[in-house]
Amino acid sequence: MEIRRIITPLAEDVIEQLKTGEKVFLSGYIYTARDAAHKRFIEALNKGENLPIEIKDQVIYYCGPSPASPGRVIGACGPTTSSRVDVYAPKLISMGLKGMIGKGKRSQMVKDAIKQYKSVYFGATGGAGALISKCVLSSVVIAYEELGPEAVMKLEVKDLPLFVINDIYGNDLYDEGVKKYKR
Amino acid sequence: MREIHVNDIVTVLEKLFVDANINLPDNVYKALEKAAEKEESPLGREVIRELINNAGLAKSEGLPICQDTGLAVTFIEIGQDVHINGGILADAVDEGVRRAYKKGYLRKSCCDPLTRKNTGDNTPAILHVKIVPGDRIKIVVLPKGGGSENYGEVRMLVPSEGKEGVKSFILQMINKGGPNPCPPIIVGIGIGGNLETSAILSKEALMVPIGVRNGDPFLSAFEAEILEEINKTGIGPQGYGGTVTALDVHIKMLPCHIASLPVAVNIQCHAHRLKEVII
Repeated sequence: MEIRRIITPLAEDVIEQLKTGEKVFLSGYIYTARDAAHKRFIEALNKGENLPIEIKDQVIYYCGPSPASPGRVIGACGPTTSSRVDVYAPKLISMGLKGMIGKGKRSQMVKDAIKQYKSVYFGATGGAGALISKCVLSSVVIAYEELGPEAVMKLEVKDLPLFVINDIYGNDLYDEGVKKYKR
Repeated sequence: MREIHVNDIVTVLEKLFVDANINLPDNVYKALEKAAEKEESPLGREVIRELINNAGLAKSEGLPICQDTGLAVTFIEIGQDVHINGGILADAVDEGVRRAYKKGYLRKSCCDPLTRKNTGDNTPAILHVKIVPGDRIKIVVLPKGGGSENYGEVRMLVPSEGKEGVKSFILQMINKGGPNPCPPIIVGIGIGGNLETSAILSKEALMVPIGVRNGDPFLSAFEAEILEEINKTGIGPQGYGGTVTALDVHIKMLPCHIASLPVAVNIQCHAHRLKEVII
């Protein structure tokens, strides 16, 4: 399997090349945020405040890691279910968020926003928390520390293995894959 | 009467939860290797290879298999000739959980349902206790992640729906979950009893090792039939499409009320963490 290597921030010409069903290795900085953090993002925006992270051209990873043991950068850190973030995601996509990493199906509103604003939804392998942990070079909590595992972290990753699920052309790996193998 | 001190229970629980979260049981590892051979989709095989690598890395690095180290589901069978001394059993279980999740650097995923405030130490454990013959205590731990647990359900079917109704309900739940409960999954099914018994049966069904069939020939055939149907859904590893959606299906059944047909489905992800000790 040929694997494309991509880096953050995600450039539009790279996004245009990504196709549903392909595996990529992602490197660079990404931000973790689960539903609790997203709720705060939207509350901040509604109050006219700035977000604690840069959104334009960035990638958010739906992840709440296990604690790092001494000497480690991070604990296990696989993806969480993306659908819990669906109500908040379209707003961030409209602000220039270029990539989301998680697991599981997205709502039609998110898929529409992905197409309209040229963003990509990547699947990380759910339950591969140890494998993904080895791809993280550094991690620092940058907001909402009181949320514990749901705090926002900035991670530096190298060759994070991902699959393109929703591309900008309206394709969805979950629909296509099931169609292909349903008996 | 055999005396067992609560401290022994605390120590066992601590070790079991750390061990379970780091070391995938051999039968699950082997089932994944078999799945990698059987899976027809190249993407599906790639996913399973990642899962096998992940299990190996977790073991060699002492890292949790998955960051969702679960609620601390604990089943204890106490021989009726055992006397537990030195404290209260439920407190001992919680203390073991507390120590495991702190010292083992496991994620604390337990919170108030409505305020969402984390309890901070992954307690209280979900504790099921049974009194059995003998003078031993058997402790089984099954740290259970939220992603897979969210796709379980109890349904009170109408008796006339029968076996076909049971199958159709299960397939409905599998299709509803799709990629979300992290396939390839293991499916626990509880049939009969009443509302709460069916749910507990479905969880107990998950404790049967992969590949072991129900002793009743009818149920054994029903398990195989449901497994085949699930693997025809096309969901596949991680829901990316494929022929291995479930690694196994286990059924537990008990008699029920003449007016009812309770059925519970409990889905477990491929990171099927399960360990036991007999004291």
